[in-house]
Amino acid sequence: MSTTAVTSPIDEVKSTPWSGGRSPFSVEYGKMMMWFFLLSDAFTFSSLLIAYGALRFSSSSWPAADLVFQSVPGMIEHGAPLVFVGIMTFILILSSVTMVLGVEAGHRGARKEVAMWMVLTIIGGFLFLGCQALEWNHLFHEGFGWGHIPHEIKEYFHEGQTPSTTYTQQFANLFFTITGFHGFHVFSGVIINIIILINVLAGTYDRRGSYLMVEKVGLYWHFVDLVWVFVFTFFYLV
Amino acid sequence: MSSEKHTEHHDHAEHDTMTRGRIVRVFIYLLAITVLEFAIALIAVPHGLSLRIANPVYILLTLLKAFYIVAFFMHLKFEKAGLVYTLVIPIIFIIGLILVLTNESNHWVDLRG
Repeated sequence: MSTTAVTSPIDEVKSTPWSGGRSPFSVEYGKMMMWFFLLSDAFTFSSLLIAYGALRFSSSSWPAADLVFQSVPGMIEHGAPLVFVGIMTFILILSSVTMVLGVEAGHRGARKEVAMWMVLTIIGGFLFLGCQALEWNHLFHEGFGWGHIPHEIKEYFHEGQTPSTTYTQQFANLFFTITGFHGFHVFSGVIINIIILINVLAGTYDRRGSYLMVEKVGLYWHFVDLVWVFVFTFFYLV
Repeated sequence: MSSEKHTEHHDHAEHDTMTRGRIVRVFIYLLAITVLEFAIALIAVPHGLSLRIANPVYILLTLLKAFYIVAFFMHLKFEKAGLVYTLVIPIIFIIGLILVLTNESNHWVDLRG
């Protein structure tokens, strides 16, 4: 990693072979730990999604995504399948791009640019959370929630599928749990991004001589986007 | 440990990093893949494309998107091979759980009757 200028004595790579001279990963400690945390988080999300897959795979019928998610809250009540989640996906990918642009600016030590990209990333995060709040609110109004489903469930099943209250309830529980857990990650990401932005504005990383912290929160933020890619596929497409 | 082995083909990649041009290109790929997924879901499937074809295609496109995010946005492609293997090989456990629970859920079908 030619790009990470490390100055702190703790982060400094020891130079003699007997004090661990070679750095096999040549990655700073905190960044490596962020990677390992994300790996463990990937296991958590995988477990949730695989449990969802197993329950759905063993069910004879399942609510159809294009029938459950077909409104743009506040604008279109019916007949716009996947449009709203498309907007949400676009927002999250875009905020990942602004994050990576912020990291790139950090490599050049351009404080103002980093701050600008971080602000845009935070706005993207809030927009995503807002969209999710609207979608959840809409589903709550339809009667979906943890432990409760609408009285009339026929409209959520494709023709030829037997509407089942059990499977609809499983769908609702899994949907709110998994998107909720993801949304909580987005929320934490926004908070962490705000803290880093304050540090950027305060000039902490100029004094430290490295914008590595921006890179570390960047990893977390991209991971949140990565998880959404999978949640999107398995809840809204498949 | 692994640094000597792959210096010849990895050396130039090491100094390689995310430029703005590359960021924009990866963004366009991600967007294009997402648009393709929507096209399949909203146009191809209603016109009779079987879900037996559409679902594997969705999953492949998702894995491709995941690759672009991890390799480029998360910069993993430009890290040392040792770190890459450390992070990628544990995915075997996830594949293992998928295999186990797919098998298990086959049995649940019989239980549910």
